[in-house]
Amino acid sequence: MKWPTLTRREGLRQALRAGLYGAAVQLWPSQAQDMASGQLLSVAKMIEPLTQGARVLEQDVKWVAPVLADNGTLVPVTVQVQSPMTPQDHVTHVYLLSQRNPVTRMAVFHLGPWNGRAEVSTRLRLAGTQQVVALARLSNGEFRYGQMEIIVTESACVDAS
Amino acid sequence: MTMAFARIQWPERVLAGDVVKVRLLVQHPMDTGYLQDLLGKLVPRNVIQSLTCTWGQQEVFRVEPSSGISANPLFEFFVRADQTSEMHVEWTDDRGVKGSLRQMLPVLPKSSP
Repeated sequence: MKWPTLTRREGLRQALRAGLYGAAVQLWPSQAQDMASGQLLSVAKMIEPLTQGARVLEQDVKWVAPVLADNGTLVPVTVQVQSPMTPQDHVTHVYLLSQRNPVTRMAVFHLGPWNGRAEVSTRLRLAGTQQVVALARLSNGEFRYGQMEIIVTESACVDAS
Repeated sequence: MTMAFARIQWPERVLAGDVVKVRLLVQHPMDTGYLQDLLGKLVPRNVIQSLTCTWGQQEVFRVEPSSGISANPLFEFFVRADQTSEMHVEWTDDRGVKGSLRQMLPVLPKSSP
């Protein structure tokens, strides 16, 4: 039985090939993170279709979420809105908006004075590192919002989109 | 077709007038429509379109999720406890499958020990 002899030139070539292949494998997840749908929307672009010119202030809305989420398919978040939740002054809607997901409006919550406290929690799917925005609509027609950057190491939609 | 299934977590001791946290867990795949199955075929989008919680006569919570909510979604919200009533949870997904859950949530009178 004859073993293939490895010359120095051949060996170098193979080493180089292995190196390039390794680099490509390393690069792949980062490529997957900036996919076509992953254009980053500005905050104004995210909230304008909902507010439609009403008064918007960046206050009274607080995110409680991990700064670094290992897995984008399941990111537990809590949104707290400062509001007395009385029939005269309460939060009617809470919108969770994503800068990078193919679907910007992740969820809409309908609340009212019967809730007693304007706080909701859920688990999000995030397509990569981004700013998330929580927009709250008050009963007087004004809006409040809060934002937070969540670093996602593994995107929720890697293979397509 | 998957079984529609949900679970509510409610504290054991709730007095009238308390503001109480309700945890609601729904079993649902929440397929985004972007992922492929093992054969490389796109899995069509199937997410919960709308979920409502009615407590007694009052609709206390409604959510319209999208593909941005994880599979087996968990929702937590607060209600002001008034009296023992039945919580009725209803949801519909993209395929038109409806799920529902009815559960009595006990509330003790204010002066109970």
